[in-house]
Amino acid sequence: MFILAEMKNVTRITPDLFNLKLNDAIASELNKKLANKVVLNVGLCIALYDITTLQESYVFPGDGSSHTRVSFRYIVFRPFMEEILLGKIRCSSPEGVHVSLGFFDDIIIPPTYLQHPSRFDETEQAWVWEYDTGDGNKHDLFMDAGESIRFKVTAESFHETCPTSTAPSTNVSEKIDSSDSKIPYLITGSINEPGLGLLTWWDN
Amino acid sequence: MEIISSNSAQLSNYEVMKHLQKLKDGRKKDKRQGQLATITYETLRYLENTPCNQQTPESIVACLKALEPFNLNKSEKLMLINSPPTTALEIQLMIEESEERLTEEQVKQVLDIIIEHFPHVQKQDDNEEVEES
Repeated sequence: MFILAEMKNVTRITPDLFNLKLNDAIASELNKKLANKVVLNVGLCIALYDITTLQESYVFPGDGSSHTRVSFRYIVFRPFMEEILLGKIRCSSPEGVHVSLGFFDDIIIPPTYLQHPSRFDETEQAWVWEYDTGDGNKHDLFMDAGESIRFKVTAESFHETCPTSTAPSTNVSEKIDSSDSKIPYLITGSINEPGLGLLTWWDN
Repeated sequence: MEIISSNSAQLSNYEVMKHLQKLKDGRKKDKRQGQLATITYETLRYLENTPCNQQTPESIVACLKALEPFNLNKSEKLMLINSPPTTALEIQLMIEESEERLTEEQVKQVLDIIIEHFPHVQKQDDNEEVEES
Protein backbone atom coordinates (compact mmCIF):
# COMPACT_ATOMS: atom_id res chain seq x y z
CA MET A 1 0.00 0.00 0.00
CA PHE A 2 2.92 2.33 0.66
CA ILE A 3 6.07 2.55 -1.40
CA LEU A 4 9.28 4.54 -1.39
CA ALA A 5 9.89 6.79 -4.37
CA GLU A 6 13.35 8.13 -5.12
CA MET A 7 13.39 11.71 -6.35
CA LYS A 8 15.82 14.50 -7.04
CA ASN A 9 15.23 18.20 -6.64
CA VAL A 10 17.03 21.51 -6.44
CA THR A 11 15.75 22.95 -3.22
CA ARG A 12 15.76 26.66 -2.57
CA ILE A 13 16.34 27.70 1.03
CA THR A 14 15.48 31.31 1.78
CA PRO A 15 17.79 33.26 4.11
CA ASP A 16 15.30 33.28 6.98
CA LEU A 17 15.94 29.53 7.32
CA PHE A 18 19.71 29.80 7.44
CA ASN A 19 19.60 29.49 11.22
CA LEU A 20 18.39 25.88 10.83
CA LYS A 21 20.63 22.94 10.02
CA LEU A 22 20.67 22.52 6.22
CA ASN A 23 19.23 18.98 6.44
CA ASP A 24 16.32 20.12 8.56
CA ALA A 25 15.61 23.12 6.38
CA ILE A 26 15.61 20.98 3.23
CA ALA A 27 13.49 18.28 4.85
CA SER A 28 10.91 20.83 5.85
CA GLU A 29 10.94 22.45 2.38
CA LEU A 30 10.43 19.05 0.71
CA ASN A 31 7.57 18.22 3.02
CA LYS A 32 5.99 21.59 2.40
CA LYS A 33 6.27 21.04 -1.32
CA LEU A 34 5.09 17.42 -1.53
CA ALA A 35 3.12 16.29 1.52
CA ASN A 36 -0.51 15.45 0.70
CA LYS A 37 0.08 16.05 -3.02
CA VAL A 38 -0.33 13.63 -5.89
CA VAL A 39 2.69 13.32 -8.15
CA LEU A 40 1.77 12.20 -11.65
CA ASN A 41 2.35 8.46 -12.11
CA VAL A 42 3.92 8.17 -8.67
CA GLY A 43 1.07 8.41 -6.18
CA LEU A 44 -0.05 10.37 -3.15
CA CYS A 45 2.96 11.72 -1.26
CA ILE A 46 2.79 11.25 2.49
CA ALA A 47 6.07 12.31 4.12
CA LEU A 48 9.81 12.48 3.56
CA TYR A 49 11.51 9.19 4.39
CA ASP A 50 15.15 10.21 4.17
CA ILE A 51 17.65 12.34 2.29
CA THR A 52 20.13 10.15 0.42
CA THR A 53 22.57 12.71 -0.97
CA LEU A 54 23.14 16.42 -0.59
CA GLN A 55 25.35 18.17 -3.11
CA GLU A 56 26.99 21.57 -2.83
CA SER A 57 24.81 24.59 -2.32
CA TYR A 58 24.94 27.58 -4.67
CA VAL A 59 24.02 31.20 -4.31
CA PHE A 60 22.99 32.93 -7.53
CA PRO A 61 23.49 36.63 -8.28
CA GLY A 62 20.46 38.67 -7.29
CA ASP A 63 19.02 36.01 -4.99
CA GLY A 64 20.03 35.59 -1.37
CA SER A 65 18.73 32.03 -1.17
CA SER A 66 20.86 28.93 -1.36
CA HIS A 67 20.09 26.26 -3.95
CA THR A 68 20.98 22.69 -3.14
CA ARG A 69 20.71 19.62 -5.31
CA VAL A 70 19.25 16.89 -3.17
CA SER A 71 18.29 13.24 -3.69
CA PHE A 72 15.72 11.85 -1.32
CA ARG A 73 13.21 9.09 -0.74
CA TYR A 74 9.58 9.85 -0.09
CA ILE A 75 6.82 7.70 1.40
CA VAL A 76 4.09 7.44 -1.22
CA PHE A 77 0.65 5.88 -1.07
CA ARG A 78 0.31 3.69 -4.13
CA PRO A 79 -1.39 0.33 -3.70
CA PHE A 80 -0.34 -2.30 -6.22
CA MET A 81 -2.80 -3.96 -8.56
CA GLU A 82 -4.82 -6.74 -6.92
CA GLU A 83 -3.96 -5.47 -3.46
CA ILE A 84 -6.67 -6.03 -0.86
CA LEU A 85 -7.42 -2.88 1.13
CA LEU A 86 -9.79 -2.00 3.92
CA GLY A 87 -11.71 1.26 3.75
CA LYS A 88 -14.93 2.93 4.75
CA ILE A 89 -17.86 3.72 2.48
CA ARG A 90 -17.96 7.48 1.99
CA CYS A 91 -21.15 7.65 -0.04
CA SER A 92 -22.99 5.91 -2.84
CA SER A 93 -24.22 7.23 -6.14
CA PRO A 94 -25.50 5.70 -9.37
CA GLU A 95 -21.86 5.76 -10.54
CA GLY A 96 -20.91 3.32 -7.82
CA VAL A 97 -19.69 3.14 -4.25
CA HIS A 98 -17.21 5.77 -3.13
CA VAL A 99 -14.70 4.54 -0.59
CA SER A 100 -12.36 6.49 1.66
CA LEU A 101 -9.27 5.44 3.56
CA GLY A 102 -9.36 8.54 5.74
CA PHE A 103 -6.31 10.11 4.12
CA PHE A 104 -7.31 9.21 0.55
CA ASP A 105 -10.84 9.65 -0.78
CA ASP A 106 -10.71 9.05 -4.52
CA ILE A 107 -11.62 5.38 -4.66
CA ILE A 108 -14.63 4.19 -6.60
CA ILE A 109 -16.19 0.80 -7.04
CA PRO A 110 -18.26 1.00 -10.23
CA PRO A 111 -21.57 -0.90 -10.48
CA THR A 112 -20.08 -3.60 -12.71
CA TYR A 113 -17.55 -4.48 -10.01
CA LEU A 114 -20.11 -4.87 -7.22
CA GLN A 115 -21.39 -8.24 -6.07
CA HIS A 116 -23.85 -9.62 -8.57
CA PRO A 117 -26.78 -8.89 -8.62
CA SER A 118 -26.75 -5.42 -7.09
CA ARG A 119 -29.13 -2.50 -7.48
CA PHE A 120 -29.09 1.15 -6.48
CA ASP A 121 -31.76 2.09 -3.97
CA GLU A 122 -32.82 5.66 -4.79
CA THR A 123 -34.64 6.32 -1.50
CA GLU A 124 -31.81 5.08 0.70
CA GLN A 125 -29.14 6.34 -1.69
CA ALA A 126 -27.25 3.12 -1.20
CA TRP A 127 -26.26 0.08 -3.24
CA VAL A 128 -27.91 -3.17 -2.31
CA TRP A 129 -26.60 -6.65 -2.92
CA GLU A 130 -29.57 -8.89 -3.66
CA TYR A 131 -28.10 -11.97 -2.06
CA ASP A 132 -29.63 -15.20 -3.29
CA THR A 133 -30.34 -17.34 -0.24
CA GLY A 134 -30.56 -20.48 -2.36
CA ASP A 135 -34.25 -21.22 -1.81
CA GLY A 136 -35.45 -18.75 -4.41
CA ASN A 137 -35.64 -15.88 -1.95
CA LYS A 138 -33.56 -12.76 -2.03
CA HIS A 139 -31.94 -11.13 0.96
CA ASP A 140 -31.17 -7.43 0.58
CA LEU A 141 -27.74 -6.47 1.89
CA PHE A 142 -27.41 -2.70 2.10
CA MET A 143 -24.11 -0.92 1.71
CA ASP A 144 -24.52 2.06 4.02
CA ALA A 145 -22.13 4.96 4.36
CA GLY A 146 -19.61 4.55 7.15
CA GLU A 147 -19.42 0.77 6.94
CA SER A 148 -16.04 -0.94 6.67
CA ILE A 149 -15.47 -2.48 3.29
CA ARG A 150 -12.78 -4.77 1.94
CA PHE A 151 -11.99 -4.32 -1.75
CA LYS A 152 -9.45 -5.26 -4.36
CA VAL A 153 -7.58 -2.62 -6.33
CA THR A 154 -8.18 -3.24 -10.03
CA ALA A 155 -7.15 -0.05 -11.79
CA GLU A 156 -5.63 3.35 -11.23
CA SER A 157 -5.59 6.49 -13.33
CA PHE A 158 -3.61 9.68 -13.10
CA HIS A 159 -4.74 13.01 -14.53
CA GLU A 160 -2.80 16.16 -14.95
CA THR A 161 -4.58 18.90 -13.02
CA CYS A 162 -2.59 21.84 -14.22
CA PRO A 163 -4.90 24.87 -14.04
CA THR A 164 -3.65 26.22 -17.38
CA SER A 165 -4.59 23.03 -19.25
CA THR A 166 -8.32 23.64 -18.84
CA ALA A 167 -9.46 25.52 -21.87
CA PRO A 168 -12.02 28.26 -21.16
CA SER A 169 -15.38 26.55 -21.53
CA THR A 170 -18.43 28.13 -23.05
CA ASN A 171 -20.91 27.66 -20.23
CA VAL A 172 -21.00 27.02 -16.52
CA SER A 173 -22.29 23.44 -16.58
CA GLU A 174 -19.44 22.41 -18.81
CA LYS A 175 -17.01 23.88 -16.34
CA ILE A 176 -18.44 21.80 -13.52
CA ASP A 177 -18.19 18.67 -15.64
CA SER A 178 -14.56 19.25 -16.41
CA SER A 179 -13.65 19.96 -12.81
CA ASP A 180 -15.40 16.76 -11.72
CA SER A 181 -13.38 14.57 -14.02
CA LYS A 182 -10.14 16.15 -12.85
CA ILE A 183 -9.30 13.80 -10.04
CA PRO A 184 -5.51 13.61 -10.00
CA TYR A 185 -5.31 10.02 -8.79
CA LEU A 186 -8.33 7.75 -9.00
CA ILE A 187 -8.31 4.16 -7.81
CA THR A 188 -10.90 1.72 -9.09
CA GLY A 189 -11.77 -1.18 -6.83
CA SER A 190 -13.84 -4.30 -7.10
CA ILE A 191 -15.80 -6.38 -4.60
CA ASN A 192 -17.26 -9.03 -6.90
CA GLU A 193 -15.49 -11.98 -5.30
CA PRO A 194 -16.30 -14.03 -2.23
CA GLY A 195 -14.75 -12.44 0.86
CA LEU A 196 -14.88 -8.91 -0.54
CA GLY A 197 -17.41 -6.26 0.42
CA LEU A 198 -18.69 -5.28 3.83
CA LEU A 199 -16.84 -7.04 6.64
CA THR A 200 -20.13 -7.97 8.31
CA TRP A 201 -21.16 -10.03 5.26
CA TRP A 202 -18.41 -12.57 5.85
CA ASP A 203 -18.26 -12.72 9.63
CA ASN A 204 -19.73 -16.17 9.92
CA MET B 1 11.86 17.94 -9.72
CA GLU B 2 12.96 14.66 -11.14
CA ILE B 3 11.76 11.16 -10.40
CA ILE B 4 14.54 8.60 -10.35
CA SER B 5 12.49 5.59 -9.43
CA SER B 6 8.80 5.74 -8.72
CA ASN B 7 8.87 2.49 -6.82
CA SER B 8 12.20 1.73 -5.24
CA ALA B 9 10.80 -0.31 -2.35
CA GLN B 10 7.60 -1.48 -0.73
CA LEU B 11 6.94 -0.43 2.83
CA SER B 12 4.83 -2.31 5.29
CA ASN B 13 2.10 -0.45 7.13
CA TYR B 14 4.07 -0.92 10.33
CA GLU B 15 7.14 0.86 8.96
CA VAL B 16 5.06 3.79 7.72
CA MET B 17 3.25 4.07 11.02
CA LYS B 18 6.50 4.12 13.04
CA HIS B 19 8.02 6.71 10.73
CA LEU B 20 5.00 8.99 10.94
CA GLN B 21 4.79 8.66 14.71
CA LYS B 22 8.42 9.69 15.00
CA LEU B 23 7.77 12.62 12.69
CA LYS B 24 4.74 13.73 14.66
CA ASP B 25 6.56 13.66 17.99
CA GLY B 26 9.56 15.59 16.71
CA ARG B 27 7.69 18.33 14.95
CA LYS B 28 6.12 20.42 17.68
CA LYS B 29 8.36 23.44 17.22
CA ASP B 30 7.75 23.73 13.49
CA LYS B 31 4.52 25.46 12.55
CA ARG B 32 5.03 25.95 8.85
CA GLN B 33 3.88 22.55 7.61
CA GLY B 34 0.12 22.59 7.32
CA GLN B 35 -0.29 19.88 4.72
CA LEU B 36 2.23 17.56 6.34
CA ALA B 37 0.40 17.76 9.64
CA THR B 38 -2.91 16.95 7.93
CA ILE B 39 -1.65 13.96 6.00
CA THR B 40 0.35 12.48 8.88
CA TYR B 41 -2.62 12.85 11.20
CA GLU B 42 -5.06 11.23 8.78
CA THR B 43 -2.69 8.46 7.76
CA LEU B 44 -1.83 7.68 11.37
CA ARG B 45 -5.48 7.58 12.29
CA TYR B 46 -6.04 5.01 9.57
CA LEU B 47 -2.96 2.93 10.38
CA GLU B 48 -3.51 2.91 14.12
CA ASN B 49 -6.86 1.24 13.50
CA THR B 50 -5.24 -1.59 11.55
CA PRO B 51 -3.57 -4.66 13.07
CA CYS B 52 -0.14 -3.13 12.42
CA ASN B 53 -0.67 -1.06 15.56
CA GLN B 54 0.25 -4.04 17.70
CA GLN B 55 2.97 -5.55 15.57
CA THR B 56 6.64 -5.38 16.45
CA PRO B 57 9.67 -5.71 14.17
CA GLU B 58 10.43 -9.02 15.90
CA SER B 59 6.97 -10.48 15.36
CA ILE B 60 6.98 -9.45 11.69
CA VAL B 61 10.41 -10.96 11.04
CA ALA B 62 9.49 -14.15 12.88
CA CYS B 63 6.24 -14.45 10.96
CA LEU B 64 7.98 -13.95 7.61
CA LYS B 65 10.52 -16.63 8.53
CA ALA B 66 7.74 -19.04 9.39
CA LEU B 67 6.00 -18.29 6.07
CA GLU B 68 9.11 -19.02 4.00
CA PRO B 69 8.34 -22.69 3.18
CA PHE B 70 5.07 -21.74 1.45
CA ASN B 71 6.66 -20.13 -1.61
CA LEU B 72 4.67 -16.93 -1.46
CA ASN B 73 5.76 -13.91 -3.44
CA LYS B 74 6.71 -10.59 -1.94
CA SER B 75 3.44 -8.75 -2.37
CA GLU B 76 1.45 -11.68 -1.03
CA LYS B 77 3.58 -11.74 2.10
CA LEU B 78 3.22 -7.97 2.41
CA MET B 79 -0.56 -8.30 2.34
CA LEU B 80 -0.47 -11.11 4.91
CA ILE B 81 1.52 -8.80 7.21
CA ASN B 82 -0.50 -5.64 6.54
CA SER B 83 -3.87 -7.26 7.01
CA PRO B 84 -3.37 -10.60 8.73
CA PRO B 85 -6.10 -12.98 7.55
CA THR B 86 -8.12 -15.03 10.02
CA THR B 87 -10.15 -17.15 7.63
CA ALA B 88 -9.37 -19.43 4.70
CA LEU B 89 -11.56 -17.17 2.57
CA GLU B 90 -9.24 -14.21 3.12
CA ILE B 91 -6.20 -16.32 2.23
CA GLN B 92 -7.91 -17.26 -1.00
CA LEU B 93 -8.29 -13.56 -1.81
CA MET B 94 -4.74 -12.59 -1.01
CA ILE B 95 -2.89 -15.49 -2.55
CA GLU B 96 -3.35 -15.95 -6.23
CA GLU B 97 -4.53 -19.40 -7.27
CA SER B 98 -4.26 -20.50 -3.68
CA GLU B 99 -6.29 -23.63 -4.37
CA GLU B 100 -3.60 -24.93 -6.68
CA ARG B 101 -0.59 -23.67 -4.80
CA LEU B 102 -1.62 -24.54 -1.28
CA THR B 103 -3.33 -27.59 0.12
CA GLU B 104 -6.09 -27.21 2.68
CA GLU B 105 -3.62 -28.34 5.28
CA GLN B 106 -1.16 -25.62 4.28
CA VAL B 107 -3.81 -22.91 4.38
CA LYS B 108 -4.54 -23.98 7.91
CA GLN B 109 -0.84 -23.85 8.75
CA VAL B 110 -0.60 -20.30 7.36
CA LEU B 111 -3.55 -19.22 9.49
CA ASP B 112 -1.97 -20.83 12.55
CA ILE B 113 1.31 -19.02 11.89
CA ILE B 114 -0.48 -15.69 11.59
CA ILE B 115 -2.38 -16.23 14.84
CA GLU B 116 0.76 -17.40 16.61
CA HIS B 117 2.67 -14.25 15.69
CA PHE B 118 -0.15 -11.71 15.75
CA PRO B 119 -2.49 -13.03 18.46
CA HIS B 120 -4.34 -9.70 18.68
CA VAL B 121 -5.96 -10.30 15.28
CA GLN B 122 -7.98 -13.13 16.74
CA LYS B 123 -8.98 -11.19 19.85
CA GLN B 124 -10.41 -8.34 17.82
CA ASP B 125 -12.74 -10.75 16.07
CA ASP B 126 -13.98 -12.10 19.38
CA ASN B 127 -14.79 -8.60 20.60
CA GLU B 128 -16.80 -7.85 17.51
CA GLU B 129 -18.85 -10.97 17.95
CA VAL B 130 -19.57 -10.11 21.56
CA GLU B 131 -20.74 -6.66 20.56
CA GLU B 132 -23.08 -8.07 17.97
CA SER B 133 -24.68 -10.61 20.27
